[in-house]
Amino acid sequence: MDITSRSLISLEGLDRNDILGLLRQAFTFEAQPNSKILDGKVVATLFFEPSTRTRLSFETAVNRLGGKVIGFSDAATTSSSKGETLKDTIMMVSNYADLIIMRHYLEGAAKYASEVSPVPIINAGDGANQHPSQTMLDLYSMLKTQGRLDNLEILLVGDLKYGRTVHSMLTAMRFFNPTFHFISPEELKMPAEYKEFCKENHIGFTEHSDFNEKVIANADIIYMTRVQRERFTDLMEYERVKDSFILHNDMLANTKPNLRILHPLPRVNEISQDVDSNPKAYYFQQAKNGLFVREALICNALNLL
Amino acid sequence: MEKKNKSEQLVAAIENGTVIDHIPSDKVFDVVNLLGLTSIATPITIGANLSSHKMGSKGIIKIADRYFSEEECSKLSVIAPNIVLNIIRGYEVIEKKAIPMPDEIKGIVRCCNPMCITNHEPMQTVFHVVDKSRGTLRCRYCGKDIPKNEIKLL
Repeated sequence: MDITSRSLISLEGLDRNDILGLLRQAFTFEAQPNSKILDGKVVATLFFEPSTRTRLSFETAVNRLGGKVIGFSDAATTSSSKGETLKDTIMMVSNYADLIIMRHYLEGAAKYASEVSPVPIINAGDGANQHPSQTMLDLYSMLKTQGRLDNLEILLVGDLKYGRTVHSMLTAMRFFNPTFHFISPEELKMPAEYKEFCKENHIGFTEHSDFNEKVIANADIIYMTRVQRERFTDLMEYERVKDSFILHNDMLANTKPNLRILHPLPRVNEISQDVDSNPKAYYFQQAKNGLFVREALICNALNLL
Repeated sequence: MEKKNKSEQLVAAIENGTVIDHIPSDKVFDVVNLLGLTSIATPITIGANLSSHKMGSKGIIKIADRYFSEEECSKLSVIAPNIVLNIIRGYEVIEKKAIPMPDEIKGIVRCCNPMCITNHEPMQTVFHVVDKSRGTLRCRYCGKDIPKNEIKLL
């Protein structure tokens, strides 16, 4: 990791040891989530685009570590709605805060902010581009439930074309020799550039257009994502496939005992309610893990680890 | 031979300066803009849609008494990587320069991603040249790849 800049914009610059080091820190925070390590620190959460789930997770992390939070949850209430540039907002806030955590609707916004800001930036999502803390909590959940990140069989299901979480996972998992199964409607297949990335990095993958008991039989992880109506150019196609990529409890009968089901949330109907009580359902604990991972990322950005 | 001489006469020779050759015909005025030739006071001859053995049709620009730095020339690689610069002194070509593709392109190209921060913030665009042979650029900010045939200048 580039330790001259403590910003976390994407996971691309992190190597295997960086990732495992951060995950180890997250385990430490899970064992002891409350401390005063951020005593005297002010962290700004700038959410130019609303995202309650991510913002609450980051703000809880700061609060549990004894820091103070300033910021906004909706750009409509800030000067950016009056036409202030992102640079000016960042320069102004960096006068007050030791760290800026930002979500923005424009791609590359966090990268640019990190170039102009005198304090570190954590990217909490920039449009369809990067959302590194989500990927880190996905990895943490896999490591925690499987006891390893190496050699996992991972099914990625749903919207593989636009879903940034699945794309980031490919990047982060390249150090851990995974085997991926891409399961999606034809219109939402994994883009060619990501399949090319897998080939370049010797990541094994197969593609499937059917989601059934057979294809999930050997999985260690099923990573579900939402198939959204607005992603389809052909609505007839959406109507045809919308119920084909739903995980039902009866599909899990013959799966491996260590299988866990992950989902970045929010879920709509792609995981049936009857899966929730199955011990292999892990998506709510996964969201909770976000707290410990974000505690680690915040402390790392502030050079406190 | 005589025919060739006549076609060469379409564009007057210069004593000293730069001849930019093998410009794709549709990129001639992009070259004019990139090199800021509209603000140069020395004589400039612009030829477009000239016949070319290699390219079928090409453009050529002759700029008297003016030479260009490597940085200025590297801008041209974005739109036409096969351009050749002929350095002329005393009516003789003393050097033929191919244009090197730089590793990074700053402030010339627009990102094709409408949701990229560079299209909304008063800031300089930066692209990494990820494939020099194909001329593919990658936006430093949003990470989108732009194929050569989709490159748009600012």
